[in-house]
Amino acid sequence: MKDVFQKPDSFFEYFTRSAGADKEATHYCPGCGHGNLHKLVAEAIDDLGIADRTVFVSPVGCSVFAYYYFQVGNVQSAHGRAPAVATGVRRALPHSIVISYQGDGDLAAIGANEILQAANRGELMTVIFVNNAIYGMTGGQMAPTTLIDQKTSTTPYGRKVSNEGYPIRVCELLSSLVAPVYIERCSLEDSKTIMKTRKAIRKALQYQIDGKGFSFVEVLSPCPTGWELEPMASREWMTKNMVSVFPPGVYKERLDAQSQSIEAPPVLDSQQILDALGMSTGASERTKSIPPDFPTHELILAGFGGQGILLLGQLLTKSSMIEGKFVSWLPSYGPEMRGGTANCHVVVSRRRIGSPYVPRPTLLVAMNQPSLEKFAGTVRPGGMVVYDSSFVKSATIPSHVTPAPIPFSEIANRLGSAKSANMVAAGAIMALTGITEEATLTGLIKKLKRKDLIETNLKALTAGREAALALGIQVAGTVIR
Amino acid sequence: MKGNEAIVVGAILAGCRSYFGYPITPASEIAETAALLMPKVGGTFIQAESEIAAINMVYGAASCGQRTMTASSSPGMSLKQEGISYCACAELPCVVVDIMRGGPGLGNIGPEQSDYNQMVKGGGHGNYHVLCLAPNCAQEMCDLTMLAFDLADTYRNPVAILADGFIGQMMEPVEIPPPVTELPEKPWAVKGTAGTRDNLVSSIYLNHDELEAQIHKLYAKYGEIEKSEVRFEEYRLEDCDYVAVAYGIVSRILMTAIDEARAAGIKIGMLRPITLWPFPNTRLKELSRSVKGMLVAECSTGMLIDDVKLAIECAVPVRLYSRVGGNIPTATELVNAIRQLQEELP
Repeated sequence: MKDVFQKPDSFFEYFTRSAGADKEATHYCPGCGHGNLHKLVAEAIDDLGIADRTVFVSPVGCSVFAYYYFQVGNVQSAHGRAPAVATGVRRALPHSIVISYQGDGDLAAIGANEILQAANRGELMTVIFVNNAIYGMTGGQMAPTTLIDQKTSTTPYGRKVSNEGYPIRVCELLSSLVAPVYIERCSLEDSKTIMKTRKAIRKALQYQIDGKGFSFVEVLSPCPTGWELEPMASREWMTKNMVSVFPPGVYKERLDAQSQSIEAPPVLDSQQILDALGMSTGASERTKSIPPDFPTHELILAGFGGQGILLLGQLLTKSSMIEGKFVSWLPSYGPEMRGGTANCHVVVSRRRIGSPYVPRPTLLVAMNQPSLEKFAGTVRPGGMVVYDSSFVKSATIPSHVTPAPIPFSEIANRLGSAKSANMVAAGAIMALTGITEEATLTGLIKKLKRKDLIETNLKALTAGREAALALGIQVAGTVIR
Repeated sequence: MKGNEAIVVGAILAGCRSYFGYPITPASEIAETAALLMPKVGGTFIQAESEIAAINMVYGAASCGQRTMTASSSPGMSLKQEGISYCACAELPCVVVDIMRGGPGLGNIGPEQSDYNQMVKGGGHGNYHVLCLAPNCAQEMCDLTMLAFDLADTYRNPVAILADGFIGQMMEPVEIPPPVTELPEKPWAVKGTAGTRDNLVSSIYLNHDELEAQIHKLYAKYGEIEKSEVRFEEYRLEDCDYVAVAYGIVSRILMTAIDEARAAGIKIGMLRPITLWPFPNTRLKELSRSVKGMLVAECSTGMLIDDVKLAIECAVPVRLYSRVGGNIPTATELVNAIRQLQEELP
């Protein structure tokens, strides 16, 4: 004889995950809708043959203990965060079936953003949303779906629009998004509506099994305890009060949705990983040995945003690094770099670098007047201030430092591109400090993004070097013991 | 390579295959680099809707046994603390990076170290610890991130990387370590397979005795970590009269200051904690027996110094040099602080 009623296989026989002594009775109150709904979900899991690959994300609220009952992999999440947790699960396990089960406080209040954004990303998951218009677990407080004038422990005079606003209609809200493939609101008022819910749950899961996308079923559900009604009366209360505010029906169904791939990406071997990163292991090649008297140079490079100051610093840093020196490059960052000025600190040394932050530079390169004014006073005695004499008209340079006026921009313009002023500066810094060599810099300049500027940039480098040598001075750097 | 970029490279080399984050200066390059590189190795990058969502996505991916991470900066870390607490209780291995900036409130984007308490002491609710690693150069941003994933898996615990805006933003050479391709088995993880159907990831223990037992289990684990995982660097501590303690960017500046002070004849060295939790208590206690005093330099108003004083049980005087607000001490300031220490405790 065929069993007509039987416990779904994906329910535990005994609730061994429960801490309580009773492993047979559920923790739900008599007449609660969760029991009906759990059974519908478990039967669907059985019939669709997905129990092994299902991951159930249980929320905070009465269904926090859903894991007592469903014998499937379970991840219990923080309040409101089930769709975010489910997203992490989904992305880690492409083959899995992810069911996120949430109540109204969890989903529509504290987790409103998480559900909205997971739906909007079209996460391949099924969300079951239990709307009973109240916080059950915490003892009957107002939910975002609490009806107008409904009394709860935090709306003792009834929910007032003037104070609490209107009940949130989640299906209507989510159905305005493009990505979701299926959104339906159902109810657990009676056997007829329960059967409709049964169908909706299966349909939602089928959409996920087919890889179509985000599916969502809202289920109006009784909370006799929270509503302070008898179980039967609570079902009648739903029909009388809830259905008109939350009309059941299909809110969205994208029959044309395309299936997503649920293939796990291939696992890469070591070489494939390095190739993907465009990197190789071990130390980069050093081309030079560093003379023992090579001093530590601490540079501040400063100018207008757009003058290529940060790039100039990187170029000098990288070039010195290739030659085997210790280097660091520290940019000014954030709004400052978008506000018209830019600067970076560069340290080049033959030994391990202490501070990458340069409060007292040995060399300041000022590409404009404000930079000169800001930093000239910080240069160490015996240091040097190199500045773009095309822009800087009045230079007040402290007497203990050497000024080196070079018209970077004029030289660059003469060579055909004002953009190459930073390369003129590179040539000058190279000649004035000896921190790096022309061949290394030339190699790097050839690899820069702007291929059309290579020729001009190389000419600029040479011109900068010559302009600096013509000054007949050199900066010493500092020797740290 | 920028310190922030080195973190992502280290993560990918360590087998991390998902990154969930939210943009914030000065940590945004971590998200940007992850967005660029994760797809190239078959990994996931999601720009989450919030810091809260990001850490919960990490919770989800970690529940499935994947090596996963998120990163942010100070205000963002405040938002992640709830999720970190959940990860700690559910014993989920994951890596959380904090590139500290100025606070409290919106503060500014300058470098600061004022997240020390929220990261080292466990900024979320409940009894728990997060392992906390403090790199001070781009190479360590890569290496310690790789180590963080190993420690996270070994101890089934979140591991934090605590750096500051300067360490994140600055560019230094990085030697690329070989990729990790053999990852540990995680039989406890939920994997969507027949064999893992009975697996449950949860942080709820309704029964008081059960929660107490879980906390005791966590603390037994933390005891093991304190025994085995303390890491620190010593700099010129030979024959010293004084010890200076600093981590992150401040330890770099302190190195320069110590060189200058040594050149002036002051016998001072540095102990740099690489793990802020577990803290190098034993070594500091040892040092306190042979020195006249200690100096703590930090970009916070006196957070690190508390742990130093506890470690040495106030055996010798400990002085503080602190800069905050996005300012960092210069080597000259630290040399002056060292001189003062010497004058006070000749």
